[in-house]
Amino acid sequence: MIELDNVAYSYGGAELFAGLDLTLAPGSFHFLTGPSGAGKTTLMKLCYGELIATGGQVRLFGQDARGLDRDAVAQIRRRIGVVHQDCQFLDHLPVAENIALPLTVAGHGSTSDDLRDLLGWVGLAKQAAQLPPELSGGERQRAALARAVIMSPEVILADEPTGNVDWEMSQRLLGLLVELNKMGKTVLIATHDLSLIRAAKAQVSARVLRLADRRLQLAGASL
Amino acid sequence: MDMLRRLLELLAGDPQADRAVPPTGFTARLTLLTSGAMAFLAVFALALSLATGRLADRWSDELAKTSTLRISAPADQMQAQTDAAIVVLQSTPGVAQARALSADEQRELLAPWFGPDLPVESLPVPQLIEVIEEGDGFDATGLRARLQAEVPGAILDDHTRWREPLVEAANRLRLLGIVSMLLIAGATGAMITLAANAALAANAQVIRVMRLVGARDIYIARAFVRRFTLRALIGAAAGTLAGTLAVLLLPRADAAGGFLTGLGFQGAHWLWPLVIPALAALVAFVATRQAALRTLKEQS
Repeated sequence: MIELDNVAYSYGGAELFAGLDLTLAPGSFHFLTGPSGAGKTTLMKLCYGELIATGGQVRLFGQDARGLDRDAVAQIRRRIGVVHQDCQFLDHLPVAENIALPLTVAGHGSTSDDLRDLLGWVGLAKQAAQLPPELSGGERQRAALARAVIMSPEVILADEPTGNVDWEMSQRLLGLLVELNKMGKTVLIATHDLSLIRAAKAQVSARVLRLADRRLQLAGASL
Repeated sequence: MDMLRRLLELLAGDPQADRAVPPTGFTARLTLLTSGAMAFLAVFALALSLATGRLADRWSDELAKTSTLRISAPADQMQAQTDAAIVVLQSTPGVAQARALSADEQRELLAPWFGPDLPVESLPVPQLIEVIEEGDGFDATGLRARLQAEVPGAILDDHTRWREPLVEAANRLRLLGIVSMLLIAGATGAMITLAANAALAANAQVIRVMRLVGARDIYIARAFVRRFTLRALIGAAAGTLAGTLAVLLLPRADAAGGFLTGLGFQGAHWLWPLVIPALAALVAFVATRQAALRTLKEQS
């Protein structure tokens, strides 16, 4: 689904990483960990076409990311749900409309039942009419997750999804992501929270990748 | 036609897409105010253009249909030369009527300079003959040649010498009106582009979120374009209405007199202002679309 082949990325003349290979197979579950500044967020952005690699090749659903125009990137984004640590919303729209935004921009309708079910699944049924600035950190993360999955994407990329929430909420978010993986979705979570990774490994077969010293390594054995 | 179709589709709109862009304060007011003021000015430019067009046509028509023959001869030959000139004129193709002005008519013409009691009969004042043309008029060169042979004291003035500058002046004024309207359209486009750029810059987060969830650039652009097009349409409609009322309230021709007579709309010309809001919307559509697509491309 997403393949990185000998990928390098440089920023401001400095090489962030190089020679990086990664394949996200359908239905797989990966964690991406590593120290701050190692390039986890950059790697995630390469995976959804937000950034273009300065070396090597990134293939998104079989297409070379370097050759994609803006419209093609938009089409790819509809197949990839993204959750950021600093989840951004349209602050003037209610939570329910924010969650339904991917459907709106794709020109698809959603039934109110579907939306209500999704809001219930992430525990935001009561907050549907609230504006995003009125939500707590955990509620925002869950709203971002709901928005990421509403189009039933094949891949979910979550960048530090539990960065702003307490332990209980992080377990709840992890549970939702595990549940999605069990439904066949490919999941990649970037995190430096090793306890979250340990908790996940008890629930799902996950590969743990460590990005450090400009290289990506399998780090499962050390956890 | 393609642009018109897109404009109409845009105005029909997608309310869901519109909601994605938050309502903005100053850019909305700026667009409304600019398009309203520009439409108000455009009404006057249009009125000027149409009025001067009518003026040029009228002067051209009226002056082209009449000529004057002036006979300067010794008093004892004046009547004979006048009669001879009338005969020549009556046999000239393109001349509908030729008539020697009476002494009273000539006195009236001279009254602004010499007063009403000028003894025209006892002064060596040339005899004037009014010539009214028909169809395409007469051949002035041929007529002059005949008059030179048969009426040596006759001088033909077919009004060309002073008709042409008048018509040219009116045509220049008409051109001025058209150039003013083009400048107004350009200034409106520039102002709306600035307002659209400000709105796009202020909504950078909206654009990021829309892109993150898979919105195509054209979808994002349309949300902005529709808003600005509608604002320009509403502002221009208000400005056009105010401008048209102001033209309607101009002094009537018989009261103002002179050049200002007829500065306004007449007959079917009253429908022309309806074009202004549509043009303002078209200008806003093109300006905002280009600004939005350019900004989105730069942000890629």
